[in-house]
Amino acid sequence: MMGTILQSRLLPIKLSHSSLLFSPSQHSRSNLKFTSKSSPSTITMASIKVHGVPMSTATMRVLAALYEKELEFELIPVDMRAGAHKQEPFLSLNPFGQIPALQDGDLTLFESRAITEYIADEYSEKGEKLMCPGCNKVKALTKVWLNVEGQQFDPIASKIAFERVFKGMFGMTTDPAAVQDLEGKLVRVLDIYEARLSKSEFLACDCFTLADLHHLPVIHYLMGTDSKALFESRPKVCEWVKKITARPAWAKVVDLQKQ
Amino acid sequence: MASIKVFGHATTTSTRRVLLTLHEKNLDYELVNVELKDGEHKKEPFLSRNPFGQVPAFEDGDLKLFGMKPITQYIAHRYEGQGTNLLPADSKNIAHYATMSIGMEVEAHQFDPAASKLAWEELFKHIYGLTTDQAVVAEEEAKLAKVLDVYEARLKEFKYLAGETFTLTDLHHIPVIQYLLGTPTKKLFTERPRVNEWVAEITKRPASQKILQ
Repeated sequence: MMGTILQSRLLPIKLSHSSLLFSPSQHSRSNLKFTSKSSPSTITMASIKVHGVPMSTATMRVLAALYEKELEFELIPVDMRAGAHKQEPFLSLNPFGQIPALQDGDLTLFESRAITEYIADEYSEKGEKLMCPGCNKVKALTKVWLNVEGQQFDPIASKIAFERVFKGMFGMTTDPAAVQDLEGKLVRVLDIYEARLSKSEFLACDCFTLADLHHLPVIHYLMGTDSKALFESRPKVCEWVKKITARPAWAKVVDLQKQ
Repeated sequence: MASIKVFGHATTTSTRRVLLTLHEKNLDYELVNVELKDGEHKKEPFLSRNPFGQVPAFEDGDLKLFGMKPITQYIAHRYEGQGTNLLPADSKNIAHYATMSIGMEVEAHQFDPAASKLAWEELFKHIYGLTTDQAVVAEEEAKLAKVLDVYEARLKEFKYLAGETFTLTDLHHIPVIQYLLGTPTKKLFTERPRVNEWVAEITKRPASQKILQ
């Protein structure tokens, strides 16, 4: 629901229609990247394509995972304002009409959290681990905290981001009563996070995983608003937010928004 | 004493999804009732099992989990060799697994919100002596119909949602569908031929029958 509201009202990104190739080590302003192996007249196309926009939290989640894994990819903008995500050819990528979608060779995926899990599994040997390796028990505990982000944190936090950030962008007014109500719910979640992070360096275990990564886009938006106080007033949560937002891969995602 | 314990309430769809998974796997378990009407799920000792105060919670030996999806996935993986295979036929194939994951995300974000609201309006409200809000029913049915149109197209290509075999993706849908089949919303399923067939298949499974008892 929320995602649909956000995505249907996003402003168009002022990009040319050509896709943007990104390599993990550079993020210059040129639209197309040529690898050293290609001749000047050919373009090496990354096998991974992300259809989405850098402002969308769900797209950012996927981009973060790709940068953490140091994977080459192409970001293909979707003209949200024109409703491109609700029409063909996008619907062939995601019949539910939501960004992002990802193509890897002839595999097409959607739902950001299924995509990041695929990236972590398929490219487990590259870049950051993102999932705790180990037996069923360890994986199960990671999935508990992945699920917490999706079911407990995001439904509340993304509504706050909508109220405080996106509504303003679209000329709508923040509803203070709604914000207050939502923040009342978010603090209960953050109290649980505070207790958890007193026992564990990151949410799932002592290493950075998708369970932490999935929070980044919405936290990024909230830290630019008065809601940041909720995070900053809880010492362990505050420390965790600083750690995860300081990651170089995340800085690259944020940079994309400035282009 | 079974080493597997489920802390939940047998009427809730979230607890039922876990019980279904255990039945499909022919696993022994103990269901420890959490009395929701007494707010037991919002107090200790339950909160130590799930600080978010929701059923179900789960134990297998010394492993403690909460959250319906992590629990069903753990069972499917840990007991992969036993009972029904709930993972894709080629479970090591990462692309197939990703397809199943998409289906579970779709169930959670697209299907369940509308379906649960309808079950609440058309079924549970009656139990509590409240009145169905027909405007909400109309709105949620419209949303559910769109999701089922996507499912209809999908099921024309594949026997089940994630491919040719029954997986967790299909299983997660069963408890709330069982509730909706007892309401007027049933028509949304019966008027779509492939969806109708799929619903019949998944609800007639022995495990699906067991959780209704």
